[in-house]
Amino acid sequence: MGELFASYNILGAFGLTILLAVFSAIGSLLIGTVVAIMRVSPIDFLNKVGAFYVNIVRNTPLTLIIVFCNIGFIVNLGMSFTNDIARNNIIWAIIGLSFYHAAFVCEALRSGVNTVPVGQAEAARSIGLTFSQSLSEVLLPQAFRGAITPLGNTLIALTKNTTVATAIGVAEISGLMKEMMEFRADLIIVIFLLVAIGFVILTLPIGILTTRLSTKLAVKR
Amino acid sequence: MTEAARDQNPTGRPAEGDEPPLAAASTKEPMVVITGVNKHFGDLHVLRDIDLTVGRGEVVVVLGPSGSGKSTLCRTINRLEAYESGSITIDGKTLPDEGKALAQLRADVGMVFQSFNLFAHKTILENVTLGPMKVRKKSKAEAEAKARELLARVGVTTQADKYPAQLSGGQQQRVAIARSLAMEPKVMLFDEPTSALDPEMVNEVLDVMTSLARSGMTMIVVTHEMGFARRAADRVVFMADGEIVEVATPATFFTSPRSNRAKDFLGKILSH
Repeated sequence: MGELFASYNILGAFGLTILLAVFSAIGSLLIGTVVAIMRVSPIDFLNKVGAFYVNIVRNTPLTLIIVFCNIGFIVNLGMSFTNDIARNNIIWAIIGLSFYHAAFVCEALRSGVNTVPVGQAEAARSIGLTFSQSLSEVLLPQAFRGAITPLGNTLIALTKNTTVATAIGVAEISGLMKEMMEFRADLIIVIFLLVAIGFVILTLPIGILTTRLSTKLAVKR
Repeated sequence: MTEAARDQNPTGRPAEGDEPPLAAASTKEPMVVITGVNKHFGDLHVLRDIDLTVGRGEVVVVLGPSGSGKSTLCRTINRLEAYESGSITIDGKTLPDEGKALAQLRADVGMVFQSFNLFAHKTILENVTLGPMKVRKKSKAEAEAKARELLARVGVTTQADKYPAQLSGGQQQRVAIARSLAMEPKVMLFDEPTSALDPEMVNEVLDVMTSLARSGMTMIVVTHEMGFARRAADRVVFMADGEIVEVATPATFFTSPRSNRAKDFLGKILSH
């Protein structure tokens, strides 16, 4: 196993996996919150746009989205952030992962919004808060607390889904795994276990943390 | 009839303002003017041509059987319920449809709900300071000083740092009243404020409401508390089937209701 670590940059590849996961998590939380706000807003047009987004993106395979980010945006439309091809692919992978998981974040948040009794919004409106103030002060803080567990699920899925980025040549851990297995067929089981355990180490804390938070921050009614 | 005797002198104290007659209301400057308001829930006509004027400083208690539309009327006044036709003005201003203007008008209309609706993720103090800080743009210090004063007034001083779920129903409702008062509203709406309370907590809330009424607050109160209606109301509005059937002083209404529906209603609730 020592020789694996010596001849392959396993930690570096896991580092890239973490980088993809962290930035995509931030991106998907931001985009997902915006879409969720659209879906709960009183404006019919925004509802429809939000619903359309979720239903299209959620039901499209992630590989398709990631590959489209490369072939569609980079190759066909020439939308590049930098001349460094590897970095460009990483950035587009993060964008693809963010927009894909935003649909799930939106639905997790919406399930959180449903845990907030109607009376909370009525009370917020009746003291004169505007729609956006009601959202930011009363509804979303409670919705986030109610959505912690499903959000945790989404983040775990996101972490594992970063492996799809290998489809456009991002050198994260699953790409390296394929490479290692090809050259060290004698160690296939070790390599597989190494990567699998690596993912468990990454995702287990997310589950533990969100379970703790969901009980700790639960809104008592 | 003992009921009648109590009506004459409900508190045992000399009755104050022996004749707050109908005429008195109309001489007051109007605060809430409801004209020809209609509303349907699907096929159900819940508000039928409602006309009602509530003067500044007046306390109006709305009575009626369940399903009579009294809660809906109350919620219509700050547009938690939309209505189809007619108009509602508050202190001369017409209720806007949506948006910032409506939010501003709502800030002037306090609302106390049956189920308290304190913000569950905020402390008692934060519940009371939120509106003044976000809507009235007061400083935190100023809002907190005022909040503590109001919490003292409703008798929950020591609970300021707790969360709503840690308080009893009666305490929560008194905090809800403080939260509304913190906005310095022109009128306060109460939508069955004691209906969700355990019996032993009803009076602590009614006491706060009674003292509020005495302080000159304009109040519209939907309730089943006949004692409160007798004690604090200037006028009683009796609703049935989405209509205002009768408007009278409490003394007149409870002793000699004119309509059969009011007689029937009072018969059912006062006979036991």
